[in-house]
Amino acid sequence: MSATIDVERLAAASRRRRLRGRILTHAALILGVMIFALPIWITLVGSTHDTDTIGRGDVPLLPGGEAFTNYARAWAEGGGGRNTFSVPASTMLLNSLTMALVIACGKIAISLLSAFAVVFFAFPFRMFFFWMIFITLMLPVEVRIIPTFQVMTDLALINTMTGLTLPLIASATATLLFRQFFLTIPDEYVEAAKVDGAGPMRFFKDVVLPLSVTSMAALFVIQFIYGWNQYLWPLLMVSDRDLETVIVGLTKMIGIGDTQNEWNLIMTTAVFALLPPVLVVVLMQRWFIRGLTETEK
Amino acid sequence: MRKKVIFRGVALPYLLLAPQLLITLVFFFWPAGMAVWQSTQREDAFGLNTEFVAFENFTDLFRDPIYLNAAWNTVVFSSAVTVLALGSALFLAVQADKHIRGAGLYKTLLIWPYAVAPALAAVLWLFIFHPSIGLVGKALAVIGVQWDFRLNGGQAMTMVIIAAAWKQVSYNFIFFLAGLQSIPTSVLEAAAIDGARPMRRFWTVIFPLLSPTAFFLLVVNLVYAFFDTFGVIHALTRGGPGNATETLIYKVYVDGVQNLNFGSSAAQSVILMVIVIGLTAIQFRYIERRVHY
Repeated sequence: MSATIDVERLAAASRRRRLRGRILTHAALILGVMIFALPIWITLVGSTHDTDTIGRGDVPLLPGGEAFTNYARAWAEGGGGRNTFSVPASTMLLNSLTMALVIACGKIAISLLSAFAVVFFAFPFRMFFFWMIFITLMLPVEVRIIPTFQVMTDLALINTMTGLTLPLIASATATLLFRQFFLTIPDEYVEAAKVDGAGPMRFFKDVVLPLSVTSMAALFVIQFIYGWNQYLWPLLMVSDRDLETVIVGLTKMIGIGDTQNEWNLIMTTAVFALLPPVLVVVLMQRWFIRGLTETEK
Repeated sequence: MRKKVIFRGVALPYLLLAPQLLITLVFFFWPAGMAVWQSTQREDAFGLNTEFVAFENFTDLFRDPIYLNAAWNTVVFSSAVTVLALGSALFLAVQADKHIRGAGLYKTLLIWPYAVAPALAAVLWLFIFHPSIGLVGKALAVIGVQWDFRLNGGQAMTMVIIAAAWKQVSYNFIFFLAGLQSIPTSVLEAAAIDGARPMRRFWTVIFPLLSPTAFFLLVVNLVYAFFDTFGVIHALTRGGPGNATETLIYKVYVDGVQNLNFGSSAAQSVILMVIVIGLTAIQFRYIERRVHY
């Protein structure tokens, strides 16, 4: 009799403990999510008030009624108040989009070709070329900015979309990823292609490309974000405001963080700058995680 | 590992490699070589003459208190960002790995900051920590803290660390979660049957199995803190107040772009290249053991 009561009491205690554990887990995760979301919330709210409300320092916590005006103005005119930085957000977003797309597609294209050459051909200096590409992993643009800038000046590529994108297109990681993937393509496929009399480019088009679609999609997400988020390179390369990207443009609007900035328009522009890459990550989550874990490891 | 059946071609493989190699040569090797060359040169004040000074730019750097200060800032900044980003990501990943309702939703809500540019993260945090218009900035003033990161070096450093770490947590979270999910449940069940409580299970079973991921992330986070956080610092503090938030990468920019001191900037670039090569080598030696190309 007393034994059953004990068992029931123990079971109830363990249920309570599990429930408490679950509540704590949820609490921790919700807190984490809130810390992540807080800056975004403030920015979203800020983008819906007028300049004076924010400039006065009345920190609003709930959305105001100026959203439409702010977004329309930032989109068509830009803003920045006393720093008078005004490139329309539409121009900056188009530049960022072009830059991100050219970099992502360019990286995928040249990496596919070079990985194909390294894996499916035998030719002198094969490994030497492979290592030459590999070593660029160790030379991020940030550490060699000045000489790279000088090279761009010599080539007259300053203030051009080509200058903005071309130097960032070479990619050791993408080449490594495709190489690794190509090595898993069975030898029989190549043999069959040869028996059928297909040349290498035919094999590339009919066999390799279709098989690589998922890798390309995964890589595209990562590289699009990489291109969109560039900062130092566009900061140096572009002084022409028609070529301003949104990330650099946004920080120029802030200047030295003056209270007389048009903060509502700055926050509106921040939302514009944030939305495309975040949407890409959220909507293409599966590809994104694949691309990330496969390129880095 | 290599293919047994391969295509024969003389010009074609070189043609396929050409675009990649051309870009690599022009935009990687040429400037890297130039950096090494320039690091041994010194220009006079008017930029008219340059002379060969061998290692003088380097020895000057190690005697320059501003450079040593930037090196120290880099150590403080990188270790704080790494510890903060790794610690909170591990904690959140362990929570999200538990069998709870809505785990998928939490995951989505925690990974999106990966897509935020470091410079943009800085701007977002500025809205919160701004002394006169920011939520936290004003709250700090109310409770009597003299908060102004534009005047106080320590506060400025705290801000850039928060903004830089905030952005990196989601990246670490993805890898930790993947690592946790690859631990076989049978191992954990065995530990539970042996009577190990959750905390003990974590430190004796989960953590050791996760350590390769943790080590990989440690290197990646250091590289991130060293090289990708230029935007955070430039957008938020411009290296100031004083030189309080000037890191090595920021100083390359200041000396090269603003002060036009090419010799010194090039020498600094060379030092940074050596650091990246070191970090990448460590990373790949370790990866070599797990992944075979």
